[in-house]
Amino acid sequence: MAVINKDVIIVGGGAGGLAAAVELRKQGIEDILIIEREKELGGILRQCIHDGFGLTRFKETLSGPEYAQRFIDEVDKLGIDYLTDTTVLEITSDKRITSVSKDGLNEYQAKAIVLTMGCRERTRGALSIPGSRPTGIYTAGVAQMYVNLKNTMVGRDVMILGSGDIGLIMARRLTLEGANVHAVFARGDTPRGLPRNVEQCLNDYNIPLYLSHNVTQIHGKNRLEGITISEVGKDNAPIPGTEKYYPCDTLILSVGLIPENELSLKAGVTLDNRTKGAYVDENYQTNVEGIFAAGNVLHVHDLVDFVSIEAEKLADAVVEYVKNNSLPECPIVVETDKMINYTIPQKISGNRDVSLSFRVKKNVKNVTLQVLQDGETIYKKKLKKAITSEMEQIRLKKDLFKSRSNIKVVITV
Amino acid sequence: MDRIYDFTIIGAGVVGNAVARELSRYLLDGSKEVNMAVLEKELDVVCETSGRNSGVLHAGFNNKPGSKMAKFCVEGNLEFDQVAKELDIPFVRTGKVVVGFDDDDMKQLLKSKEQGDMNGCPGLEIIDKKRLNELAQNVGGEFAMYSPMTGIMDPFDYTIALAENAYDNGVEYYFGDAVEDINRVNELYIIKTKKKTYKAKWIINCAGLNSDKISKMLGIDGYEIYPCRGEYIILDKKMGEYLNMPVYPVVNPKQGGLGIHLTPSVDGNVFIGPSADYLDCCDDYSATKPVIDMLFEEGKKLLPYIKREYFIRNFSGIRPKLTNKGGYEDFVIEARDEAPNTVNLVGIESPGLTSATPIGREVVRLIKEKTLLRENPNFNPFRKAQVVFHKQPIDVQRKLIEKDPNYGEIVCRCETITKAEVLNAINNPLGVDTVTGIKYRCRCMMGRCQGGYCQTRVTELIQDVKHKKREEILYNREGSYMFTGKVRG
Repeated sequence: MAVINKDVIIVGGGAGGLAAAVELRKQGIEDILIIEREKELGGILRQCIHDGFGLTRFKETLSGPEYAQRFIDEVDKLGIDYLTDTTVLEITSDKRITSVSKDGLNEYQAKAIVLTMGCRERTRGALSIPGSRPTGIYTAGVAQMYVNLKNTMVGRDVMILGSGDIGLIMARRLTLEGANVHAVFARGDTPRGLPRNVEQCLNDYNIPLYLSHNVTQIHGKNRLEGITISEVGKDNAPIPGTEKYYPCDTLILSVGLIPENELSLKAGVTLDNRTKGAYVDENYQTNVEGIFAAGNVLHVHDLVDFVSIEAEKLADAVVEYVKNNSLPECPIVVETDKMINYTIPQKISGNRDVSLSFRVKKNVKNVTLQVLQDGETIYKKKLKKAITSEMEQIRLKKDLFKSRSNIKVVITV
Repeated sequence: MDRIYDFTIIGAGVVGNAVARELSRYLLDGSKEVNMAVLEKELDVVCETSGRNSGVLHAGFNNKPGSKMAKFCVEGNLEFDQVAKELDIPFVRTGKVVVGFDDDDMKQLLKSKEQGDMNGCPGLEIIDKKRLNELAQNVGGEFAMYSPMTGIMDPFDYTIALAENAYDNGVEYYFGDAVEDINRVNELYIIKTKKKTYKAKWIINCAGLNSDKISKMLGIDGYEIYPCRGEYIILDKKMGEYLNMPVYPVVNPKQGGLGIHLTPSVDGNVFIGPSADYLDCCDDYSATKPVIDMLFEEGKKLLPYIKREYFIRNFSGIRPKLTNKGGYEDFVIEARDEAPNTVNLVGIESPGLTSATPIGREVVRLIKEKTLLRENPNFNPFRKAQVVFHKQPIDVQRKLIEKDPNYGEIVCRCETITKAEVLNAINNPLGVDTVTGIKYRCRCMMGRCQGGYCQTRVTELIQDVKHKKREEILYNREGSYMFTGKVRG
């Protein structure tokens, strides 16, 4: 079968892929193909029927499907090609893509590939939660899909482990659909989800949130019958003697997302162990030339708005790459101190203005953020507060950089 | 009710199914066709010990010379290429290393080798560190015993294939039907189960963890099964690249098992385990915190690359042991006078998976001692597996999609399982419709996302194909409902 040539192939038609496609077309790239495995474009937004999306991007609050539709309408208006019900089986480092659908197998050669595959949920197995093996334990996203898209109720007496946003959203959702959501437990001492979700999904419905707690035992042979919860200490280890039994038939896990990089790895893309996403430069280019990544496949975002904005920035670089067949070198590594979890990008050129996104390791107040190069402070900013659940962003002007030495982002109290 | 089976097998684990298959090669004198039923308390075959193990085809050096364990294990090992070919199941003779670190280990290894040589395991050799590193890179240990005949298989595949082949040869299967009482009236066995009553001329007890209870029902006293749980951790396929063969520590003879080992699966995952803990009851498949931590530490000794981020699932299996003091008691396979027309199998633990087919033949031999069996002229030893799309060459894949577009729809992304394969699994010949039944038959939901992507699709397909309501979908056992109904409407 003949190989089909494309300028840009976008793997995944969710928030990131759609925004990248629209922006690429607007900047003059004609030959684009989005490949989406689901029946429709939109990605995970399709099952996020709650509102709160778009405040940053559109200055109004939209539901997930509405937010996605804004982009899908543009894709249609601009006549961007896309395939649904089509799964990418393989991506190679020389930018070949094999896909499969009911119409058969296809092989493509792209000038540039944009990775926007999103993420998957961490499961009970990944956490090794001890206890018996009954049904009734769902990850929050799976429960959300059953309830919102499949008209299927997963249970009646619900406990939630983890304070991630999807777990909080599902606490409200299941309550509204008639389930008894008894409590949310989370291992950390601060909620991982957004403050507004704690307020609107738990407090408004009188659902208690117990921080520094963990599920230490699962009970029930066939269907879940209850869970044992223990308080945990600073080392996250359960404190003996604090065990409490709670009967329930359903446990929802909202315990983290993992960028879905299986295809990227096969293509030779190197991942950052901190983000589990690709190691990228300021062009969102991975270590494999011509393969770019943005959105949740790069690092887990708090808001879809930021996914769209990141993908649009990626598009700028992809346009330049497709037109010039090269991008500026990015020799400067962005290092971090122990207060900072990671930055995106991890490498910069020093020749252009650049936005650095970062996440702190723990919640802090009244701190100073500094960027150091060659032992000197080249940027300084006071932060009233920074919390783990919200991404911070700084903009570094190109004339700040005095050399091509690595820079280091540090936070001091 | 008036039907009288020639043979009734209690238990549809690997042994029950191997017995069913071996026995379906014959007809009881006077019968024109296979007239046999397998009664299983669970909703599928392979729900307990048979599927919950390392999936290793043992070579037979761990068992006492002269024991049934040694004899059947070696036999089962040597013939498995043929068995796997007939049943169309994946099987790799990977070889295995038992690694040692000190002088005591060396002594134990030399003992194992001597024992293996006596049992007739071909090719055992003690190897030095250099050779060990050549054979199994990345693995810890100063020296090892290498067993070239050891292999790996998928115990789900093997058991299901045995059952499907037996079914094709006329054996009937009844699921969710626990045996509650057995009586002998007018030379016939009356078997009262949860659902109904069966009559049979012969009973073969293959009840595994419950084989002592069935023994008692048959009038054979004196057996007690001591359930001994082994927990495992399943690691991501990324770890599979580091391990090309099972790696075992030197056996501690006081333990109930073979020690914490690492096993690659035929599908490319790695298992760490099993632990060995005696239980009070025989159906507690829990995972426990101290064991999970211990498995992780022990696993790292054998393969330093193991990280927690590669955990994808825990599982455990329970050994039906005849001793509560560690070590092994030999298989019981007997036709006793106080229970005429029965074959009683008790304590079939490891190496039961490897020994299953030879055990099946042994059952036939014992029956032949008591009654006339004629060859079944219609017996067909071959069973065809369903197509695994991702293992096909690209031109075959194209043809498959042309013929059935469902092969072009990926349902399970981690394992690359197509909708056609899921539908084939749902339409399995035994009529099993539990979620795990579908999972075991096509590997959907077995990948690193553990069904995050495909579970909703798989349950929906079961609903559609089997015309079930949401709340009727069961995960594995009765009572393991997944949904409480519709959200609305």
